[in-house]
Amino acid sequence: MAATLPPPRLLPSGDSAVTVEFSRTIDDDANQRVLALDKALAASPIDGITETVPTYRSLLVHYDPGKIGFDALGEKILPIATRPLPPATKARRWRIPVAYGGEHGIDLEDVAKALNTTPDDIIARHAGGDYKVAMIGFTPGWSYLSGLDKSLHMSRRQSPRLLTPAGTISIGGIQAGIQCLAAPSGWHLLGRTPVRTYQLHRNPTFLTEPGDRVTFFAIDHKTFEDMDRAAEAGEIVAEQVVA
Amino acid sequence: MSRFVVASIGPASSVQDGGRHGAQRYGLTVSGAMDRLSLAAANTLVGNEPLAAAVEIGPFGATFTARDGAVRVAISGAPRNADVAGKPVAMDSSVTLKDGETLTLGFARGGAFTYLALEGGIKGELVFGSLAVNARAGLGSPYPRPLQAGDEFTVDAASGAPELRIELPKPVSGPIRVLLGPQDDEFDDANKALFLESEWKISATSDRMGYRLEGPAIKHLHGHNIVSDGTVNGSIQVPGNGSPIALMMDRGTSGGYPKIATVITADVGRLAQTSAGTAFRFKQVSMAEAQDEARKFAQLIRNLPDRLRSSDTVELNIEALSDANVAGYAVSAVDAGTWQVTAEP
Repeated sequence: MAATLPPPRLLPSGDSAVTVEFSRTIDDDANQRVLALDKALAASPIDGITETVPTYRSLLVHYDPGKIGFDALGEKILPIATRPLPPATKARRWRIPVAYGGEHGIDLEDVAKALNTTPDDIIARHAGGDYKVAMIGFTPGWSYLSGLDKSLHMSRRQSPRLLTPAGTISIGGIQAGIQCLAAPSGWHLLGRTPVRTYQLHRNPTFLTEPGDRVTFFAIDHKTFEDMDRAAEAGEIVAEQVVA
Repeated sequence: MSRFVVASIGPASSVQDGGRHGAQRYGLTVSGAMDRLSLAAANTLVGNEPLAAAVEIGPFGATFTARDGAVRVAISGAPRNADVAGKPVAMDSSVTLKDGETLTLGFARGGAFTYLALEGGIKGELVFGSLAVNARAGLGSPYPRPLQAGDEFTVDAASGAPELRIELPKPVSGPIRVLLGPQDDEFDDANKALFLESEWKISATSDRMGYRLEGPAIKHLHGHNIVSDGTVNGSIQVPGNGSPIALMMDRGTSGGYPKIATVITADVGRLAQTSAGTAFRFKQVSMAEAQDEARKFAQLIRNLPDRLRSSDTVELNIEALSDANVAGYAVSAVDAGTWQVTAEP
């Protein structure tokens, strides 16, 4: 029998949720365990669990204390959470079009300057990356990506912007992101995508799932306008790569 | 069908229900009523499901007019003067507006949110099972934003059912109960004690997203940046400036500040109804007590129909009014709900 993995910490988030914490830091191994536990709980539900919310390093498990208590739930979660990871299955992969720079990516030039290189080089490094959706949070569809090229790691802006546009493609710290709705942000804005990761009357409403793989490709601003109209009308416009 | 028209309304008023569950993993905010018990009481009075959508009315006054027929409604939550066509309406009771009549609600006299339930419920388009307004995400129905004068609801014509009142248990007083965690280990014992033993006030800049707490600055052990993790209603996070924020129904689904404690389910509505500027304290409870209280709270909401009484069993009781005033409770001569004693059927 395969050895079990070290147990996560079970941290009470009030009387109706428990944070199953695998790591205190951003760590791809921990994120894999978060997503594996999330999947396992979806495949064989524990009575009383009402909703799960995966994040970088922990799985927040909402439950009904009328159906199961904190200790009993912990006893059921721990054996699942310490199971060796199942062999990696093929993740969905999205190719996301991005109009880099100019009005759509107002920080591209500054990022290039700060990293002593050219905007084209930044685009190549960003678009060349192989990313994973580590979590979705903050606002609907805001996909946090792991896998940002180390040469692009840079601290966030000193003063966050109060409003950044819908579809913003940005980097912050060691993370990359796809933002869906207009929102405040302290990240560096490299471009915009016409892809809506969240669109109410479209099927599916949410495009990305935690665990999905993502790559980017550059489009010109004219193509952005065309795709943006199509996306507004309900087209997905991202390409799903069939492995 | 009748129409129920918003003639005037203050800010922070919107359609809310039990909230939008199941899509927090996609970043979709839950929203829903700030005070679930009062929402459930108002709904129960007019025969709706307890967590059906109703009008959540902020601290300011509001007026509503029935058109094209009679409309039966009920109010519960933050007490305020209420009348229909000049005739007083008690809190925690139903009332029927005849065609053309107006329901006038005054300012909240303590607390913040009053719930106005419409018999037959609010008609709208459910998104993730909810009509709750989440203005940031453009969600909510029939209006995906706070209510404004001129808005109207299409409602069932009043059933003509006899008016009811609901006998709610005496409000719990005393500190807001919390469980420590999930990140209480980001604070040393002195700062945890400072949090638990200090007097707090809710800042006037609070809203449905979060209640900012005014009091001493709470210091972190290792700085204020943690890697984002999930939030719940009642998470108390401590940002860099040391002023805690209790996350409420319009919270983001994840957050990157350490959360020192979490308000227990049974007390989230009580915190929501604590007016800005009112001093209060927190009290740590055990998981066993918190979960016991959560189960009792759920049972209270389920069993609300058992607490319905016929409106005409209210008898004027001057002695009770006088006692209540001596005891210093908030009573109003025009709000029978705050002082009248009931003859049990």
